[in-house]
Amino acid sequence: MVAKGREDADVLLVAPTGGGKTLAGFLPSLIDLAERGPRNGPKSVHTLYISPLKALAVDVERNLMTPVREMDLPIVVESRTGDTGQARKQRQRITPPDILLTTPEQLALFCAWEGARGYFEDLRCVVVDEIHAIHSSKRGDLLSLGLARLRQFAPHARFVGLSATVDDPVAVRRWLSDRGDDLVLGRPGAPPVMEVLLSENRVPWAGHTAQHAMDEVYETIKTATTTLIFVNTRWQAEFAFQELWRLNEDGLAIALHHGSLSAEQRRKVEARMAKGELRAVVCTSTLDLGIDWGAVDLVIQLAAPKGSSRLVQRIGRANHRLDEASRAILVPASRFEMLECQAAVEAVAENALDGEPIRVGALDVLAQHVMGCACSEPFDLQALYDEVRRAAPYAELSWEDWERVVDFVSTGGYALKSYDRYRRIVRGQDGLWRVRNEETARRHRMNVGAIITAQTLSLRLPGRHGSGRKIGEAEEWFFEQMTPGDTFVFGGEIWRFMGIEGTNAIVTRAADKEPKVPSWGMSKFPLSTFLASRVRRMMSDPSAWSVLPADVQEWLEAQRDHSSLPGIDDLLIETFARGNRHFMVAYPFEGRIAHSTLAMLLTRRLDRAGVGPIGYVANDYMLAIWSVKSMDGVDFDALFEQDMLGDDLEAWLDESFMMKRTFKDCALIAGLIERRMPGHEKNSRQVTFSADLIYDTLRRHDPEHLLLQCARADAARGLLDVARLGELLSRIRGRIRVQRLERVSPFAVPAMMEIGRERAPGSSAAEMMLEQAALIEEAMA
Amino acid sequence: MVADLHLEKGSAYAARGQMLPPYDTRETLDRLQAEIEALDPRVTVLLGDTLHDGSATTRIAPDDRERIAGLARRTTLLWITGNHDPDGPKSSSGDLAGETAVEIGLSKLVLRHEPSPDPTPGEAAGHLHPCARVKGTAGSVRRRCFVTDGQRLILPAFGAYAGGLNVRDPAFSGLFACPPLAVALGKKAHAVRWGLLAGD
Repeated sequence: MVAKGREDADVLLVAPTGGGKTLAGFLPSLIDLAERGPRNGPKSVHTLYISPLKALAVDVERNLMTPVREMDLPIVVESRTGDTGQARKQRQRITPPDILLTTPEQLALFCAWEGARGYFEDLRCVVVDEIHAIHSSKRGDLLSLGLARLRQFAPHARFVGLSATVDDPVAVRRWLSDRGDDLVLGRPGAPPVMEVLLSENRVPWAGHTAQHAMDEVYETIKTATTTLIFVNTRWQAEFAFQELWRLNEDGLAIALHHGSLSAEQRRKVEARMAKGELRAVVCTSTLDLGIDWGAVDLVIQLAAPKGSSRLVQRIGRANHRLDEASRAILVPASRFEMLECQAAVEAVAENALDGEPIRVGALDVLAQHVMGCACSEPFDLQALYDEVRRAAPYAELSWEDWERVVDFVSTGGYALKSYDRYRRIVRGQDGLWRVRNEETARRHRMNVGAIITAQTLSLRLPGRHGSGRKIGEAEEWFFEQMTPGDTFVFGGEIWRFMGIEGTNAIVTRAADKEPKVPSWGMSKFPLSTFLASRVRRMMSDPSAWSVLPADVQEWLEAQRDHSSLPGIDDLLIETFARGNRHFMVAYPFEGRIAHSTLAMLLTRRLDRAGVGPIGYVANDYMLAIWSVKSMDGVDFDALFEQDMLGDDLEAWLDESFMMKRTFKDCALIAGLIERRMPGHEKNSRQVTFSADLIYDTLRRHDPEHLLLQCARADAARGLLDVARLGELLSRIRGRIRVQRLERVSPFAVPAMMEIGRERAPGSSAAEMMLEQAALIEEAMA
Repeated sequence: MVADLHLEKGSAYAARGQMLPPYDTRETLDRLQAEIEALDPRVTVLLGDTLHDGSATTRIAPDDRERIAGLARRTTLLWITGNHDPDGPKSSSGDLAGETAVEIGLSKLVLRHEPSPDPTPGEAAGHLHPCARVKGTAGSVRRRCFVTDGQRLILPAFGAYAGGLNVRDPAFSGLFACPPLAVALGKKAHAVRWGLLAGD
């Protein structure tokens, strides 16, 4: 890294966690600053460090100060985040530190400053940390545009990127900068010691909690100094934390850390962790990134990791030193997860990682950036276009889209050109675009950023005065999949969803015996495509089964004998009747999100075909739909035709809340709706109301509007996984194998159990166990 | 009789730099035209706040201006002035079509924009944008509504971008001699007793 620094080259350092990446990134700057000596001229920022996490910026400040102090270097290091006080921010503007540590949002703010160009003129180096965690997101788009801006301000600055191991370093290198292609690949650390926990108890057929193995998890914690226990959802975190404390006879200091705890609580846990006061922390992805915890010597992944890259990241949290092997234990929560965990362990051993697809930059983010640029200084349309295209996500941006975005920023970009008088940015006689007035610029600066925090909604009963009693809280995305009238299980009871009002989801008790929509508890990350194909390969190759516990092997054999095993590239569908219901179970292994979308679209089609579908469940491996009438007459090749992604998808989207929510996010990022007004912050209820109004009006009068296109693209990409579903449908075309069975198959048991839990809420645990035993007996007989 | 059209509310925001979709006037006039075509009234009373602000007439599109003129040829458009549009259709940048009045007495009826603070038999007014929130076993829904105690009537806002105020809001208290009835708008109008109305 020092040599690359002397060559003045942009460089991406790819190294495993624990390799001292951050210090390596700073070293050339420290050398340069130490050699330069004290200066008399005006101060300026020498090195700008950008981290995706506020906490990380502050952490690095602390870690960097140690060598600077010990060597008595004349270097000023300061951080600047959303939490930094106004006085300090003001001072940093007048007297910049040598090294400034900040976040992508603050960089976007810098870009919207008047005088930003002068401030960064003498910048020598930009360090972007944890690139792998940010490049493939809207925040990444915003950061990438900010970097292109910095390149313009400071043509001589070096760009340095730091990344954990990624599957495609060349693509990430291009994301960092278009100057050269220098890469430094860190020496791989000692290979991790991984094992899949083969519990004394039998592997459960279904579920997400791994409750069966909790005793063993607790015993393992006792053998380690400090353990990090990773789970996939907040709900799993709460559950595991409670279970561990139930077992905690030794009174071990076990803590909990996840995103919906208050910042203060989280900081307390982090501080105790840093001091070595905790024996274990149950956490979600909030601790994935590289804050240094020191003494962690064991990582436990509870429930399947869903992707090999994430697993590598998490394992790397143990023994944060390159020369010591990390120790990790995977605890699968079900039989399919057992397959997934084995596949993940093999993938990590081979250093095979699943990659994030290369992203096309979002236009709502570009709109925000263009407005920021105008707030900073007048711009030339062609020059800014050239600059923007140096940012990798926008490299292919067409001139036509560019003009649309600028038109949107200026007048709202409506087909009806009635706002030409009220431009937010105007083109002067000199041909340059500038912000209309200081008031408009001020309002923009108050609303910069691309993080729209995922909202939780309160589940409430209708009340006499306003919304009634609160039943609980759940993520907004859950309700986005529902239309009013749908029923679901929460806390063991069936509820009917009535609608969303502000930040409340209004529900009533339903008399239905069978809920229509599955409840949650599953990972928010779907099973990665890469891991899914490894699981399919493992299933179809009996010689690979020897690593699996006996009961899981027996299960695979029974599936092979009673039905058949899913192949590497085909789609297995089973139909059978049970009780007074008819079932269809499909095994695409393409992840929960794609499966949910598929199940919803299939349900619509089956409804039209007169089969009378009642409900569905979908998980990472399979989906099941059940109906009143038999599905034997269904033409499955026609049912799974790709044309479902056309009209059926559109029609379903129009009815769903998801589009309104997605539109709101796009409108906030693009600046059509302002989150903060001078003087007061709009509460989310107000934002929700006006966004819905705008969405309805736009859809009627201007269906091709830029923001509607942004919202559709976002929904297709993230919330529905339409791309992956499309790939699935084309992969299985002409390769659908239908098994018409007399009774439930061994593979269908997990789906049937999920359905059973939701169909018979309130029935006693004992009764449920008997029912499940009967189900297993039937499938395995 | 329609109240609170708030024409050109979108462009009022645009003039301040927030570029809301400019289709609200068009949408509101679509609705008004549909009503006039369906009912063919001799007189159409606009119950005040027909325009969102004093300079709306300088922003309104020529074809929307022409549509108002077209409506005025079919029916007598009678503008009652409101707090948002004290000049009615009159404007230095060219009047919109229609007659103007501050209020109208019509036999036993008084038509005015802002309801008088005490129970007033025979009064019809707008201004408050009443909204009813109804909950029942079938769920919860919030709709614009008429409110009446049989003595006086308050009309819902008609404009596409006009927000609503829950009838349980203190602004409505004291206006009615007895608990009023809300008539919520939907595919048809639904009369709802006061006791079944919920706050926000």
